[in-house]
Amino acid sequence: MTRTAHALPAPAAAGHAVDAPSATIVALPARHVRLATRLAPALSSLAARTLPPLIVLVAALVGWELLCGHPGARLPAPSKVVADTWDFIVDPFYDNGGIDKGAFWHIARSLSRVAVGFSIAAVVGIALGVLVGQSVWAMRGLDPLFQVLRTIPPLAWLPLSLAGFRDSGPSAIFVIFITSVWPIIINTSVGVRNIPQDYRDVAAVICLSWWEVFVKITLPATVPYIFTGLRIGVGLSWLAIIAAEMLIGGVGIGFFIWDAWNSSRISDIIVALVYVGIVGFLLDRLIATVGGFVSRGTTAN
Amino acid sequence: MSTAPYLRFQQIGMTFSRGGTSSEVLRDVDLKIDRGEFVSVIGHSGCGKSTLLNILGGLLKSTTGEVFLEGDVVDAPGPDRAIVFQNHSLLPWLTVYGNVAIAVDKVSGKTRSKAERHDWVMHNLDLVQMAQARDKRPNEVSGGMKQRVGIARALAMEPKVLLMDEPFGALDALTRAHLQDSVMDIHARLGNTVMMITHDVDEAVLLSDRIVMMTNGPAATIGEVLAIDLPRPRRRLDLATNAEYVRCRAAVLEFLYARHRLPARAA
Ligand SMILES: Nc1ncnc2c1ncn2[C@@H]1O[C@H](COP(=O)(O)OP(=O)(O)O)[C@@H](O)[C@H]1O
Ligand SMILES: [Mg+2]
Repeated sequence: MTRTAHALPAPAAAGHAVDAPSATIVALPARHVRLATRLAPALSSLAARTLPPLIVLVAALVGWELLCGHPGARLPAPSKVVADTWDFIVDPFYDNGGIDKGAFWHIARSLSRVAVGFSIAAVVGIALGVLVGQSVWAMRGLDPLFQVLRTIPPLAWLPLSLAGFRDSGPSAIFVIFITSVWPIIINTSVGVRNIPQDYRDVAAVICLSWWEVFVKITLPATVPYIFTGLRIGVGLSWLAIIAAEMLIGGVGIGFFIWDAWNSSRISDIIVALVYVGIVGFLLDRLIATVGGFVSRGTTAN
Repeated sequence: MSTAPYLRFQQIGMTFSRGGTSSEVLRDVDLKIDRGEFVSVIGHSGCGKSTLLNILGGLLKSTTGEVFLEGDVVDAPGPDRAIVFQNHSLLPWLTVYGNVAIAVDKVSGKTRSKAERHDWVMHNLDLVQMAQARDKRPNEVSGGMKQRVGIARALAMEPKVLLMDEPFGALDALTRAHLQDSVMDIHARLGNTVMMITHDVDEAVLLSDRIVMMTNGPAATIGEVLAIDLPRPRRRLDLATNAEYVRCRAAVLEFLYARHRLPARAA
């Protein structure tokens, strides 16, 4: 109503030198109210989601401080951790050569190992999963084997891997691969088995070649299952690499933790653990988000 | 006429064996269908109607007998026998357009240019009045609309025979009537040969040139074939009081519920 000066009768505005700004001053409060009423529910729902975890976090830190704050405690309290590691926290990018590097470089090296090993596992796992899922007999024959192999802990593969590769780099990647490939195979093959007969019938009537069936039917229909497998797989990869790096040494957040233990830098260990947890969480969210995006529309019918 | 029939089921028998047990579902099914004819198959649930249709569709191989289409033995699925499935069977990750296009691109990828294929997809979506919903995904449209897209997909393959397995079974009565009119209209315009399975007596009488009535299983076969001698175009409102319509309807009902009623186990 009072948005523009032109709407006002001319005599009323005549006394002002510039009438346009005065008109916007009239309009602003109305808009503020509307924005506030619209934002209020969004803000309160945001608060409802962020407040509980914040409260729990603060309570945990306070409890920890109380438990470990006294002199002579075996583990450092949070205040001491932050004080000890302040340089390490604020400058993740320093590089003094050797393994004396900032957190960024350690995490980046660990992530690059995971990227290689997990990528190989994804490609091999999806391919094998599709093959196994195609055939009842392959499923019956191989599934028990997979179920046994997938329970072998990551580190148990490391000695064998070192014996085979005689080099720590490929061994670490192999451990990631062998740890994360099983859930990918198993979930993909279950997905392929669960493709509705209708879709196969449609493909048969159109006379799609097996390659077209794979690309146009099998993959899209299996995508939700594949991403379930990838999500479990990436979590296992991250578990595996931290453990493997402790043993193979070099740059990497896993060996950083081990090295900190050997040098009694307990505060460093705690900060590294927080980083490991956050990175693992982000990896999981990343795969889940990509999966949600790729498989939009594939589930509901 | 003495020439070979357009479509022929010859002594079709079907026995499913699973593990140690085997069940004879169809026995000695013999049927000839002319080009352009609209034939309905009606029978109680579980008697083997879908099995018969899937044998024609090439999705199942009959244990005995053969199906001939234009003199050739049918032994594999193919776009010349496009199927409209009961539960629409659209691919949920493709749009309405994509679901028709996947068939058109494959079936006429060699004979039509890209632009021609696009026009052909749109033409068939137009035929079932779905052109405006081309960019929607199957889960964004109603059940009746999904079935329309299923019909468009089948028609777009330009099949010699259009196979429909209870195409309107899952729809509410109004939507069903609407789609029946569409199918009649399309059949009048294109003159395709149609084999439709149904368990709806009115639907069968309204749409068909002949109704094939199946006996109950096991070892079901054709009990009777009824010719519907009603002029086309048919309008459902006019038919309600038409003597021939009433007679045909009564004949089918009599077959299904007096002579071949389901045994008590299914009731
Ligand atoms: N693949 C199969 N294996 C074993 N039995 C089947 C198979 N398909 C159908 N049948 C059986 O054949 C009979 C007829 O099924 P169907 O053709 O689907 O009946 P309708 O479509 O008339 O309801 C049913 O008793 C069903 O259990
Ligand atoms: Mg059926």
